[in-house]
Amino acid sequence: MPLAPTETPRASLRWLGKLHAVGPLLGLLVLCVAGTLLNSDFATFDNMMNVLTRTAFIGIIAVGMTFVIMSGGIDLSVGSMAALIAGSMILLMNKLGTGTLAAHPVAVVGLGITLALVLGAVFGAIHGLLITRGRIEPFIVTLGTLGIFRAVLTWLADGGALTLENTLTDVYSPVYYGAVLGVPIPVWIFVLVALLGALLLNRTAFGRHVQAIGSNEQVARYAAIRVDLVKTLTHALLGLCVGIATLLYVPRLGSATPTTGLLWELEAIAAVVVGGTALKGGEGRVFGTVIGAILLSVISNILNLTSIISVYLNAAVQGGVIIVVAFLQRSRR
Amino acid sequence: MSLKIRFEQISKRFGPVEVLHEVSFGVAPGRIYGLLGENGAGKSTLMKILAGYEQASAGQLWVDDHAQTFTGPRQAEANGIVLIHQEFNLAEHLSIAQNIFLGHEIKRHGLLDDRAMHAATRHYLDQVGLSADPATPVRRLIVAEKQLVEIAKALSRNARLLIMDEPTATLTPGETERLFTLMRKLRADGVTLLYISHKLDEVERITDEIVVMRDGRFVTRAPTASVTRQQMANLMVGRDVSELFPPRLPPATDAPEVFAVNHLKVPGWMQDLSFSVRAGEILGFAGLVGAGRTEAFEAIIGLRARSGGDFAINGQPVRLNNPRAAMRHGLTYLSEDRKGKGLHVDLGLRQNLTLMTLERYAHPLLDVAAETAALTRAVHDFGIRTGDINSKARMLSGGNQQKLALAKFLHPDPKVVVLDEPTRGVDVGAKRDIYFLIQALAQQGRAVIVISSELLELIGLCHRVAVLRGGQLQTTLDADQLTEEALIGYATGTH
Repeated sequence: MPLAPTETPRASLRWLGKLHAVGPLLGLLVLCVAGTLLNSDFATFDNMMNVLTRTAFIGIIAVGMTFVIMSGGIDLSVGSMAALIAGSMILLMNKLGTGTLAAHPVAVVGLGITLALVLGAVFGAIHGLLITRGRIEPFIVTLGTLGIFRAVLTWLADGGALTLENTLTDVYSPVYYGAVLGVPIPVWIFVLVALLGALLLNRTAFGRHVQAIGSNEQVARYAAIRVDLVKTLTHALLGLCVGIATLLYVPRLGSATPTTGLLWELEAIAAVVVGGTALKGGEGRVFGTVIGAILLSVISNILNLTSIISVYLNAAVQGGVIIVVAFLQRSRR
Repeated sequence: MSLKIRFEQISKRFGPVEVLHEVSFGVAPGRIYGLLGENGAGKSTLMKILAGYEQASAGQLWVDDHAQTFTGPRQAEANGIVLIHQEFNLAEHLSIAQNIFLGHEIKRHGLLDDRAMHAATRHYLDQVGLSADPATPVRRLIVAEKQLVEIAKALSRNARLLIMDEPTATLTPGETERLFTLMRKLRADGVTLLYISHKLDEVERITDEIVVMRDGRFVTRAPTASVTRQQMANLMVGRDVSELFPPRLPPATDAPEVFAVNHLKVPGWMQDLSFSVRAGEILGFAGLVGAGRTEAFEAIIGLRARSGGDFAINGQPVRLNNPRAAMRHGLTYLSEDRKGKGLHVDLGLRQNLTLMTLERYAHPLLDVAAETAALTRAVHDFGIRTGDINSKARMLSGGNQQKLALAKFLHPDPKVVVLDEPTRGVDVGAKRDIYFLIQALAQQGRAVIVISSELLELIGLCHRVAVLRGGQLQTTLDADQLTEEALIGYATGTH
């Protein structure tokens, strides 16, 4: 009864699959050509580094978000989490910098950075435990913490801003403003996170398990995969990425306010989706996410550089792009 | 009030796979037909075409001598043809009346007329012999009652031809008897019934005529009274049933006990189950749907809560708290639900095969070449027919998916392997392959447990068969005691 499928449909299917893989990249190239034609400043090295540096925060978070979405989850809290981590870092560093460790500002910054990473991983792990052990939908859990994180930061800042001491800012600012081989440090870290993320997703048992859970959680459970552990780890990994993004962000302005990281969650989710990861899980690429994040910030960069469309419509253009991408990808299943 | 149907050269393709090949036959009004065939024979697809859920790729359906092509179930319904699904199509949270009138609500001045709908519902419920308040939410009904609601719903749509797919699979003997009485009453009213069942004794009792299908083709039709049950089975399988199975090779007399279960208790499913299986032995589990077979084994591997039970593998007590622990101790379980629990149909063959044992390939990066080599071996060893080794699992036919699933759950090299409905939805050829594979597993010294609803399969394959009913072990039959009558008798409690 089973007839061998003919070659033609399969060949075309594979071609289509490849198109989907390179689709976001093609879109980015088209945008870059358009940007170059519209404004001669667009294609300069400085502008490209500027765009990539601004992409780094969302891009790093989006790499972590790729794992969570691939496994069938979601995290709405990352923006608020970044704000709370930023505020906590500043409070700790100010306290240490004016107290016992006043003579060692580098050590203070080091401890602040450590706190960011630990807090991120812990917050993520708590999400994971609430979702798996507590059996609450990821949407609900992170909707709750979205409010909690930001409210705690606002309370800590007493409604205003938490600002890093000047001496510490001087020590810390190179982490954002410094460059190695002409490339800003945030861009290096973004590249590193993306490479490690791609390796983890595509070439390790953990990555395969993440994909298996997102593709069909029941099948994964029956295949003796530790579903709860893997899901918790994806959230902890995302939390760690938020911590990394935050430790790059704090030296930029040296402060945390109730609007820090506002709407980052939506930008990160948009980058993942534009990059070709299925929102219902099971299928996705870290490389696509990176392209998606860059694509979204190139749009706002072009709007800034040109006057065809008001920069106030930035979010509208990005929203349009997201819908168009979703439309193009809908045939995939 | 009755309906004449004729299928003419009906074919159906799903992508490259043709599941129906030029099926032609007709059914006369006011009779009960038994539609026989193994899983994958194409019965369900043909019935879905008749009821408008699928469209034929070629051929013509004639209804009362008019050419018809139903584009949806509503259109078939308008012509008096209703399919009652195996899994009922009822909205659990709505009431009986709301379900019966779903999509056909009676309205007054644009608003729902509950009073009229309740009155009409009561009338239809009387017809099927169900005394329930029309306002009762369907979720509060037991399975047999839901089935009656489905039939009442069909009657409310003026059904003249009812298709019933395995209607007695989840019924007790008493409920089955009441259903048969209703079926005879409907026949007397001129309704045609197409009855799909694997239970040949029921087919013998209730149908006027049988139609046999095999591998997507019409095989034969005959008045029920003119064929024996054994002949029905041979017609379905297409050869003498005995050829389908490998010769039964008994385990060595001194074969050690590999797996023992003592006093397993699963809340709501299993009151007290103890059994053991030896190296080289194939132990079958028989029982009706809902007897607790699947649930017992899901509890054993830790996927379902249990309130008691001790396990031993090779004489050593083991704790089986989750599927991973079970696998580590050498026990794997292949679910009956291949697409929902057995295989990732959207992932590749390689990813499926190695999923349970990825640590074997991770150093710490995955060795894709070694995975591919393992897949090539498995494709050969398990006889998986695939055009492209890089395709997704969903591209395989049912039988080849099942072989891949077997390969996956044997990849950890278990000492005990539990196969739940291992030949569900596969064609006869693949079935035979799987039976010989199962025998080979036993010959390798593994303990094999086969849960099956196909009695012939248990009789042809197993060294012993345990029969469960209502969460209790009824008996364990040895090979020389295995007959359909005995299995059905113990499974239904009428022994």
